[in-house]
Amino acid sequence: MDKRRLQQIANEVRKGIIEGVYGAKAGHPGGSLSAADVFTYLYFEEMNVDPADPKKEDRDRFVLSKGHNAPGFYSVLAQRGFFPVEDLKTLRHTGSYLQGHPDMKHIPGVDMSSGSLGQGISAAAGMALSAKLDGKAFRVYTLLGDGELEEGQVWEAAMFAGHRKLDNLVVIVDNNGLQIDGRIEDVCSPYPIDKKFEAFNFHVVSIDGNDFDQLKAAFDEARATKGCPTAIVMKTVKGKGVSFMEDNVGWHGKAPNDQEYAVAMEELRKAGEALCQM
Amino acid sequence: MSDVNLHAPGNGRVTTQNSLAGAFGIPERRPPIRRQNFIVKKIATRESYGNALVELGKEHDDLVVLDADLANATKTDKFRKAFPARHIDCGIAEADMMGIAAGLATTGKVPFASTFAMFAAGRAFEQVRNSIGYPHLNVKIGATHAGISVGEDGATHQCNEDIALMRTIPGMVVICPADDIEARAAVEAAYHHEGPVYLRFGRLAVPVINDRPDYRFEIGKGITLREGKDVTLIATGLCVCHALEAAERLAADGIDARVLDIHTIKPLDEELVIKAALETEKIVTVEEHSVIGGLGSAVCDVLCGQGIGKVKKLGIQDVFGESGPAQELIHKYGLDGEGIYRQVRAFAGA
Repeated sequence: MDKRRLQQIANEVRKGIIEGVYGAKAGHPGGSLSAADVFTYLYFEEMNVDPADPKKEDRDRFVLSKGHNAPGFYSVLAQRGFFPVEDLKTLRHTGSYLQGHPDMKHIPGVDMSSGSLGQGISAAAGMALSAKLDGKAFRVYTLLGDGELEEGQVWEAAMFAGHRKLDNLVVIVDNNGLQIDGRIEDVCSPYPIDKKFEAFNFHVVSIDGNDFDQLKAAFDEARATKGCPTAIVMKTVKGKGVSFMEDNVGWHGKAPNDQEYAVAMEELRKAGEALCQM
Repeated sequence: MSDVNLHAPGNGRVTTQNSLAGAFGIPERRPPIRRQNFIVKKIATRESYGNALVELGKEHDDLVVLDADLANATKTDKFRKAFPARHIDCGIAEADMMGIAAGLATTGKVPFASTFAMFAAGRAFEQVRNSIGYPHLNVKIGATHAGISVGEDGATHQCNEDIALMRTIPGMVVICPADDIEARAAVEAAYHHEGPVYLRFGRLAVPVINDRPDYRFEIGKGITLREGKDVTLIATGLCVCHALEAAERLAADGIDARVLDIHTIKPLDEELVIKAALETEKIVTVEEHSVIGGLGSAVCDVLCGQGIGKVKKLGIQDVFGESGPAQELIHKYGLDGEGIYRQVRAFAGA
């Protein structure tokens, strides 16, 4: 798939994020938007998945360790055809299967329930280990927030994955630089992120996570890396694609009001048009 | 019972075993428990756990065992020796171990995640709740060294809260077997049960009381070990054999005590509990666990909805444990046959 097509899909994913969070009057747009490009790359380019058979045994697995970015995750699953895009408007509604955080029991395409930070990476390591035990070829991807790296369990899991040489595991860090209480370096700095993963025996690739060329290069490099897991540390812009949300800590976990919703959707509509005219 | 305050400075160094035992009123040499004229053998349920895993591992390739650097103590080292490729030591990282088990379960493995109760239910509570319980994954938690019978390691390692914690998780089965026979049966039943199971095992060797041809283990079904009409002792884990002993002593006093072995605390055998309350009215629960949230609470939860029965809860009375030989601690906290007898007599006696 060419880069422009991926950008178009990512723009649609962003629209779904705004629709979902606006409809829920709650949720987490900032980190969903920063990760919209990697979500798109994973589900439209990198991973072996089949929306018609979401539980097929040899599929690649994805664990959203930063589970609060469910709006972005659901939006890409809907775009990929796991469920109707229209359902995104039911996000967080009473009775909807689209729970506030990923729920594997009820949502097609969700491989692991998550939301409590630090836990998803362990489950991903367990999946990767299972593939190794059985000599299966599937690969496992997990997306973490940079603030999430403050959870100790992340490093327990990293130690395990490095020790077990899980080269079928890719740990992606969405380094958008912001967490609820402020800039990550001001709250409790996890930097240097790359050196930490190196110290835990990972191969580390550092990229701009809002650039599809760099995403492709990084995932190709991860696939070619044998004998150790790969960490892809992505610099991203939180709130990417909606001007007033970009790099603004206030949009970590807040829904737009009517006016903000209209402005955001208009910006994304124009961005979509521009991508069509390129 | 004359109390010696071992914690008071200058008052704690009792020098000989005899004087310590004397201070606690422990008979110097208690005769072994006799049933049907033979002396019962003793085995710790953690040993049963290790042995059962090996047996199941022979038949089931999907069974994997996880440990957190305690394989020699949880007895999963037996499985490691038999099936090294299927034994995963996660290091001293229990939270991560629960998540790895969850991930393995999503791919069809049946993981038994093993560590001390304190770390399985305590430290990793939220991982068990969110990564295993919420998605209802097929993970079995083998929690050894539960309760005060951990002994000398003391309060930091004596988990008296695990039943309470685990039974609050929706869909979690909680099993606390009484002896070797029951423990091995429980491990097998847990393997065949689809969904999360918490298995509680002890460090201390306990008498084998269920060695009989008609013994049958079923999750959620309690066992009537002794009929009685005056009072019902509802016990779990190592307290079951002590409850039997207490019942024999009570019989000598003319008190006819029923004894129920409740190996499954969740789902509780409500029918058996209600029947007991209707027939004996008085109920005494006995557990090597806090009286807050454990078996006693589970029994009360059932009976308060029925408006029947009078319940006394024996167990750890909202205190932390302490160091000491396991048998002495069990005696000190009133959970041996003598202690149960004394307390039941005061509650149910004429």
